[in-house]
Amino acid sequence: MGKVVLVTGVARQLGGRFVRRIQRDPQVDRVIAVDAVPPEHHLGGADFIQADIRQPTIARVLAESGADTVVHMDVTGTALGSGSRTTVKETNVIGTMQLLGACQKSPNVKRLVVKSSTNVYGSAPRDPAVFTETTPPKSLPSGGFAKDAVEVEGYVRGFARRRPDVAVCVLRFANILGPTADTPLASYFSLPVLPTVFGYDPRLQFVHEDDVIEVLRIASHEPERGTLNSGTFNIAGDGVLLLSQCSRRLGRPTVPLLLPAVTWAGSLVRTLGMSDFSPEQIRLLTHGRVVSTDQMRETLGFKPKFTTAETFAEFARSRAPGLLPPEALAGAVDRIAALPALGGVHPPTQSAN
Amino acid sequence: MADAKVIPFDDDRSRGSAVQRPSRRRSAGNRRKNGESALVREVQPLPGRSFAQDDVPVTREEQPPQKPQDDGGLERRIASGLAFLRRRLTGDYDVDDFGYDEELTDQVLMSLLRPVYEKYFRVEVKGVENIPSEGGALIVANHSGTLPLDGLMMQVAVHDHHPAGRHLRLLAADLVFMLPVVNELARKLGHTLACAEDAERLLGQGELVGVMPEGFKGIGKPFSERYKLQRFGRGGFVSTALRKGTPIIPCSIVGAEEIYPMIGNAKTLARLLGFPYFPLTPTFPWLGPLGAVPLPTKWTIQFGEPIPTDGYPPEAAEDPMLMFNLTDQVREQIQHTLYKLLVQRRSVFF
Repeated sequence: MGKVVLVTGVARQLGGRFVRRIQRDPQVDRVIAVDAVPPEHHLGGADFIQADIRQPTIARVLAESGADTVVHMDVTGTALGSGSRTTVKETNVIGTMQLLGACQKSPNVKRLVVKSSTNVYGSAPRDPAVFTETTPPKSLPSGGFAKDAVEVEGYVRGFARRRPDVAVCVLRFANILGPTADTPLASYFSLPVLPTVFGYDPRLQFVHEDDVIEVLRIASHEPERGTLNSGTFNIAGDGVLLLSQCSRRLGRPTVPLLLPAVTWAGSLVRTLGMSDFSPEQIRLLTHGRVVSTDQMRETLGFKPKFTTAETFAEFARSRAPGLLPPEALAGAVDRIAALPALGGVHPPTQSAN
Repeated sequence: MADAKVIPFDDDRSRGSAVQRPSRRRSAGNRRKNGESALVREVQPLPGRSFAQDDVPVTREEQPPQKPQDDGGLERRIASGLAFLRRRLTGDYDVDDFGYDEELTDQVLMSLLRPVYEKYFRVEVKGVENIPSEGGALIVANHSGTLPLDGLMMQVAVHDHHPAGRHLRLLAADLVFMLPVVNELARKLGHTLACAEDAERLLGQGELVGVMPEGFKGIGKPFSERYKLQRFGRGGFVSTALRKGTPIIPCSIVGAEEIYPMIGNAKTLARLLGFPYFPLTPTFPWLGPLGAVPLPTKWTIQFGEPIPTDGYPPEAAEDPMLMFNLTDQVREQIQHTLYKLLVQRRSVFF
């Protein structure tokens, strides 16, 4: 008898993609897709059930479907469509509590996969340069999505204690980018001119959407030989990009602002509702964050297909070129190099710094 | 015995020797490095490598070189400079997990520090052969001089003088990573936060790690206590080296103590600004920015004999007695070398 997989948060692109992908796995019999709003994209042959995970109905859905694997993807930083931050927080925290309560009552559930985020580590200058899964954060996130993620993980740990027979896997994803990703960072990189914090060049890590789908799939099946897929894992592509590198590769000029000005501009943008430029986003773009992925490789046995740089290149290709496309700059330098009188006009190298 | 000679020699020959000695040293260094780089360039077509060897920063590379060179050399240098510019403008370069930008460090930041190192402080390096040419090692040095110039000079010393061209990864205080601009430059120079996690990760990657365990107690001590080593933290660096089995290389730096003679400490002002101390020197802050120019002292950096740590059992890192003993051993070796170098020193400035 095959598996029955229940997936939450399918109205988002990523959830939809995962639902479509996991149906193709031979060991999966049935996929139940749950969200509070009907998705705009198709879900293949999955059964969509419109249910709000903040309501106790989720327990009935879980009991009636007899799902043995629950993939909780409804832990997100931004509202879908027009939702306030309060709704997002409720869905994240209350929704997780309801879902875990339902799982605890269900005798069928054997496996729980939770999509978390490396936001749980926060970003502070006093943190070590590379976070491992066991690094305690120096400054706990004070609010916003990061705090939601910390609380969600706390409830998941409690659930794992109460139901030791259920394999629980928490995946902490670095910034997810890809052609369809609708994360705050993706919308930040779509701005024509990137505001940055003066005097800071944060280190960023990205993970490609395809790798996200793949690692969720690994986590929701039986572990392969020699691997273990329960526990907490950081998921990120290899390597690191600095924000300055990102802006140059995108061809979007940066405007360095003093930290207080950035905080003020962030709240202004938030008030106008243009994009979710939250305080934790500003902290990320100030101090950066890098996680160790040794556990992902050695214990989970997952090798990402895309490095951080490749993920970013893929993302850059899917966006319109910026004001200063790198190809144009490279062409300009090549033209100078081709000049017959070489000692002539060089732009100062300092601009590259 | 040396004292008797010091005073007359200082007045008679100081100018001649001060001019001659560094230049002799530099030309010897250049000859060695040029010979090496010729070899290196054959196997490693990394353009712009030649910039690391001269004193002109890259920003001025379009000026004709001082040394007589054929046109091929000039053209190659311009081409590699343009290739460098192209990579920088398009973001096509790599940094490691700690944000260390090797290309920028080698070609720009080191070129900016090198004049300070060679011309201003005229650093003399001894015992660089004590640094292994591969594998992790922990260099432990004394800390002084109000501003952490000694760490930067130690980094240039290892970078320019080690035959294997090793890069020193310094561990810095958290204050460094709180200050804008400073934190960005520190990360690009390969520095990271002084914590056990980062140190262990770097040593595990086989890097050369530099640490100054005296911390703020050492760098912010008054002038009257110069060359008196302070407490070496809680010996965390020893247990990190023990866990990784890497040798500890004691390093003594003479000359950094006198660059800013700290005669007072404005504690209230320091507390207001959030700094561990606020130095008052004979010139700072009385002369404004001019008072912040360090005194041109003559420096000596001596790397000592490595202290191996791989002979201990794995649980040794948990043994406080062993840790304190090793810490004291390292501390005494540095202090002893400091006294020896001070006796040999002819004058603070020459």
